Amino acid sequence: MSEHDHHDEGNGVSRRKVLECMTWAGTGLLWTVTGGIPHTVGMVGSAEAAEAQAKGMTFLQISDSHVGFDKPANPNANGTLEEAINKVKAMQVKPSFMIHTGDITHLSKVQEFDTADSIISQSKLDVHYVPGEHDFIDEEVKLYKERYGKGTKGAGWYSFDAGGVHFVGLVNVVDLKAGGLGNLGNEQLEWLENDLKGRSKSTPVVLFAHIPLWTVYPQWGWGTEDGARALEYVKGFGSVTVLNGHIHQVMQKVEGNVTFHTARSTAFPQPAPGTAPSPGPMKVEDAKLRTMLGVASINFKQNNQPLAIIDTPLVG
Amino acid sequence: MTSINRRDFGIAAVATLLLPVVTAVAEEAAADPLAVHIDNFVFQPQQLTVKVGQTVTWTNRDDIPHTVVCAGKFRSKTMDTDGTFAFTFTAAGEYKYFCSLHPHMTGVVKVE
Repeated sequence: MSEHDHHDEGNGVSRRKVLECMTWAGTGLLWTVTGGIPHTVGMVGSAEAAEAQAKGMTFLQISDSHVGFDKPANPNANGTLEEAINKVKAMQVKPSFMIHTGDITHLSKVQEFDTADSIISQSKLDVHYVPGEHDFIDEEVKLYKERYGKGTKGAGWYSFDAGGVHFVGLVNVVDLKAGGLGNLGNEQLEWLENDLKGRSKSTPVVLFAHIPLWTVYPQWGWGTEDGARALEYVKGFGSVTVLNGHIHQVMQKVEGNVTFHTARSTAFPQPAPGTAPSPGPMKVEDAKLRTMLGVASINFKQNNQPLAIIDTPLVG
Repeated sequence: MTSINRRDFGIAAVATLLLPVVTAVAEEAAADPLAVHIDNFVFQPQQLTVKVGQTVTWTNRDDIPHTVVCAGKFRSKTMDTDGTFAFTFTAAGEYKYFCSLHPHMTGVVKVE
């Protein structure tokens, strides 16, 4: 599979800008669909986002809210989630819906799930969740599924259609193997293969899951053991977008017809791969924190323009 | 009379009981042969050798929760910051374990 960066070509966002963005964590990206190809149109509230929203279907991505987290890297993670949701509420044109790519809570406590619901529901948007490993650590491992698992299969995977796009929410945080990475498992992969079978190859596909489906940095567990099998099933499709969280920073890669993107956290930043002793929460100056937290927004375009992903943080 | 006697007896009994406990704590702090700490997503020491009947205690010193899981043998609850888990090894063998949340974190306890 050839690997190249669309942003080196044409009028897209420059490679430098993308690389700059990669070093930050974020609020929420706005994605838009004006036909074939999904692309992000910038952070909530940006001029690009407002313009793109007028043209096509847009949806939001938020991730890694870690409700309940109160350690030095961000003593008030609930507060920064609220700030992100306030940005969403202030949008002039409402996105169609929101996806949350996991780690809703920090410790899977009932109260954390309650608080997350009470804050996120203020957006008044439909929210499609997938779980992070932090959402499955209650004693009986039942709270996530009780709240968000209705109509899902297995540990919580599902698909739906919106705006002519086929969305698939995957779970790669269950049954992890010693020494390994994220894991989808046979049952889910077989389901995915069937779910995609028979769909027109011109249907844009969006896969979303917590841990990156591509290998970002295996030394820190940033990748999915059997992610390549999932990507095999989407090979024939003209437009595939893979949205993840988990690594608390923006990262993007384009490989053939597939665009991979990770979103910022709304709670705390994590270091770039290999730049710290561990992937744990990164303490930055108070003034800098909000430049590293965010939300993403996505836009699908009609023609064959290069995929542009621009991330803008909560502040800055 | 009776109450004073009882009190004296009580003090003596407590002193006798405390002595061995204090000694044990001091020994553990000095050598620390049965402790595994989690720092920066790493079990330290990664390999530990103990004797049958000994109890190993894991302590999470990260700002992120971790677990200790040895398939079919033991499984901790999720340990938040400063959380601990203890397991007493009753049979010799090699016990490979990992963190089920961050499976790249692995360790081993050898029981002789």
